[in-house]
Amino acid sequence: MIELKQVNKSFEGRKVLHDINAVFYSGKNNLIIGASGGGKSVMMKCMVGLERPDTGMIEFDGRNLLALEDQALRDVRREIGMLFQGTALFDSLTVEQNVAFPLEMFSKMNASERRDRVNFCLKRVNLENVNNKYPSEISGGMKKRVGIARAIALDIKYLFCDEPNSGLDPITSRLIDELINEITHEYGITNVINSHDMKTVFDIGDHIIFLYKGQKWWEGNREDLKHAQTQIKELDQFIKASYFE
Amino acid sequence: MNQNYFFHFGQYLLFLKGMISKPEKTNIFLKRISDEMYKIGIGSLPIVAITALFIGAVTTVQTAYQLVSGLISKSVIGTIVSDSTMLELGPTITCLVLSGKVGAHIASEIGNMRISEQIDALDVMGINAPAYLALPKIIAGIVMIPLLNFIAITLSIYGGYMAGELSGILTHQEFVSGARETFKGFTLVFSTIKAFTFAFIITSVSSYQGYYTSGGALGVGESSTRAVVFSSVLVLFFDYLLAEILL
Repeated sequence: MIELKQVNKSFEGRKVLHDINAVFYSGKNNLIIGASGGGKSVMMKCMVGLERPDTGMIEFDGRNLLALEDQALRDVRREIGMLFQGTALFDSLTVEQNVAFPLEMFSKMNASERRDRVNFCLKRVNLENVNNKYPSEISGGMKKRVGIARAIALDIKYLFCDEPNSGLDPITSRLIDELINEITHEYGITNVINSHDMKTVFDIGDHIIFLYKGQKWWEGNREDLKHAQTQIKELDQFIKASYFE
Repeated sequence: MNQNYFFHFGQYLLFLKGMISKPEKTNIFLKRISDEMYKIGIGSLPIVAITALFIGAVTTVQTAYQLVSGLISKSVIGTIVSDSTMLELGPTITCLVLSGKVGAHIASEIGNMRISEQIDALDVMGINAPAYLALPKIIAGIVMIPLLNFIAITLSIYGGYMAGELSGILTHQEFVSGARETFKGFTLVFSTIKAFTFAFIITSVSSYQGYYTSGGALGVGESSTRAVVFSSVLVLFFDYLLAEILL
């Protein structure tokens, strides 16, 4: 479980996150939704340690990320996997080397154990016979799947997905959603997804947080969302605009 | 404007300080160093060799052109070619060429990793990105660029000798006796100190520029340009500073 308490973040005097209090549950798809510029990416960057909040606490199962010593912080980070919007695969490495990268850096596995683990992860994301290809030689959907395989190569507890469907066709988008959903429930991972794809929200959103102008405007599950839409003007506008997109 | 330079200088020092950490895996770190040594050393050999050969040859021809008095022995040409090559042309011209080739390559490689979130991926994994990306390049540069300097000096003197011999400006004996006459071991030591210093400047400044790239593909181009400009200017500045201090 990840908990945010009173998190604030500003850039050059402009407040981007206002007193965010939120809980992200284990074994669930926790979605952060909201319009571009609403603070979703900054919130996720704060959670994975790429940005430091001005005030507040971010707790990973009771461990405050912002107060940890270097070694303890590294230990938490090894429990985190992240699927980036642009996949962030290392373009000088093959698919196999990309997935093996965290294992080489942090595990004590030998070469054969690593190869087995890589093949298992690639098979888990339905990718086979691409081990020796470079990221530039595979499609966008395949890159996302390699990104997921790399994220789960180590036994992670927390998975962060930044716009997992961006740039993908609707069919591939649904496959990626399905895969993320399966992995989250199968391994009991605390999954945080940053998205403005309403299909994703209604398909796999177990717990949803709507950010509006840097503030938490609403939270609930996907069953509540339809009802909330009729009550909250900003949420209604966002959902209707998302369908137009 | 001055504040901006101070800001970057401070950030550059913090960037260097941030690299000082125990590598996650020593074998991976050593492999990265050897890969970078190959890229910087072997990859730059052709351009360094061509530049050095022609600089030596041109120095011989131009020195002969300026020696109009018959009272001065032609062996002076050998002296001038070898001394100027070791003191200045070898390390400085080689490193100016390398600030273009190696510097731009380092800045664009790291810059491209920055804009495609690959550095963020390293950060999220808990890997010290400056130590993983930049430190092997700096170590490889410090090892390989002085070696390239030795090769450049050798080829430049050889180029000067060949130009003199082929064009009939001076004989083999005249060139060799001139080169040997005033040779001092310290000249070579000074040349090596310069090459070490310049190597550190080129690799660290270019890594810094790449690491703090922003603004997409255009930003990568700007970082590469800044890497070449700043490392070239700093090479020239330290060239003067070292000459003042050590000579």
